[in-house]
Amino acid sequence: MRNRPPLPLAILASIGLLLFVLPLVGLLARTPWTRLVGLLSGEVVTDALRLSLVTSLAATAVSGLIGVPLAWVMARVPFPGRSLVRGIVTLPLVLPPVVGGAALLFALGRRGVVGEPLNQATGILLPFSIWGVITANVFVAMPFLVITVESALRNLDLRFEAAAASLGAGRWTVLRRVTLPMIGPSLMAGLVLSWARALGEFGATITFAGNLQGRTQTLPLAVFVALESDRDTAITLSLVMVAVSLTVLVGLRDRWWKAL
Amino acid sequence: MKQTPRPVMLLMAFLAALAPSCGASTPAAGEQVLVFAAASLTHAFTSIATTFEANRPEFDVQLNLAASSSLRQQILEGAPADVFASANTSNMDQVIEAGEASTSTTLATNVLQIAVPAGNPGGVTGLSDFARAELLIGLCAEGVPCGDLGRQALGKAGVVAAVDTNEPDVRALLVKIEAGELDAGIVYATDVAATGDRVEGVDIPADVNVVATYPIAVLANAPNPRGADAFVAFAVSDQARAILSRHGFSLP
Repeated sequence: MRNRPPLPLAILASIGLLLFVLPLVGLLARTPWTRLVGLLSGEVVTDALRLSLVTSLAATAVSGLIGVPLAWVMARVPFPGRSLVRGIVTLPLVLPPVVGGAALLFALGRRGVVGEPLNQATGILLPFSIWGVITANVFVAMPFLVITVESALRNLDLRFEAAAASLGAGRWTVLRRVTLPMIGPSLMAGLVLSWARALGEFGATITFAGNLQGRTQTLPLAVFVALESDRDTAITLSLVMVAVSLTVLVGLRDRWWKAL
Repeated sequence: MKQTPRPVMLLMAFLAALAPSCGASTPAAGEQVLVFAAASLTHAFTSIATTFEANRPEFDVQLNLAASSSLRQQILEGAPADVFASANTSNMDQVIEAGEASTSTTLATNVLQIAVPAGNPGGVTGLSDFARAELLIGLCAEGVPCGDLGRQALGKAGVVAAVDTNEPDVRALLVKIEAGELDAGIVYATDVAATGDRVEGVDIPADVNVVATYPIAVLANAPNPRGADAFVAFAVSDQARAILSRHGFSLP
């Protein structure tokens, strides 16, 4: 009886929960269960699932590799314009992804400000390739990692690092042996959030990387295109997304990201 | 001439149907002519309506622009429209079969064109270039009108396109062509005309092209039949044809 909520709270909480549950019910109610196995093994579905897993994991790895250093610099190094940098880094959280995709295209496309010289010098072309999908994913997903890790770093008790340093540990050792393990749960949470955001990414991907089955058509893109022509496939693809995401989010929640 | 958001438009239409006398008692600029027109006619009809109102100040044109299929549905459900201009014959035929119009006139046609960035950097001269793997080629996705029609044209020409992206709609495709990120795509001639100087059109021969016909009709239950007749007569006049042609339409 200890945690029994007051009635108004229970009602409002139920409404909140219903908002999340009802769409799932709708999806399950429209699922063509008898044809599901056939639809699941369809080429559009398997191609999109493979591409989504590869690109979202790659984007998470890249986010970790460059996002953690960025978070560290933002948390620890005072420099002029730091709040502006913070704003820019979190911009992809509020920008409509389509705007982000278009901006990426103007910057890194074949005729882009950076993309054109890059293409002429190296032959590298990001749009319409899997690299373009990963780039778009990193752009929208990395802010989740950066803000999570940065806030963990700022809340860290600096005396632990100072103690390690006084015992003779170099800066690199302190980072590796003290700082990173202490922010471990937040880092994990940031990585999972980034991965989840990358998996669901649609607007920036279709605008920057285009949409071609097997090359750039991730699950969200395949759902969107299938809705126009083949609703059963669209529902099947949506179910796959829900299943993959729920498995990871529920599975990891209890193990790693109690921090949130 | 005003463009009213669709929900407001429908509400107005509903109220007008309930109390037809109200419209006459308001001191409006002129007699209202309610024109239901396909969304692809937006630019051309906005211009045609303005010119029509300048010629005939006693009329006040209201445009309801939406997909032809939704307009057909609204008409069959009793929306008090005066004129219907459809982007295809099938929706018009259904309106005529239901007795909502007695006959229609062909207003214009719209043909497919190859859209290329200004200067045509890929050197695209025809549909056969769509097979060149070194070019970046975009189409609309299957299920989207421009995607299905583009594929029909490629099929007629016997070209297997080396497609790099299937865009969700014609705007998305044109944005990438405008930016020079794609070398070619298939869209309607009107879309090329609407995009300005950053996109050029390469003609597709008539024998492999896919043509959309735009019929226009006075509706049988038009609240303002005089205005409807006047508008349709103007829409097929030389002055209106010049406007349609400027917006990329071909004329019958």
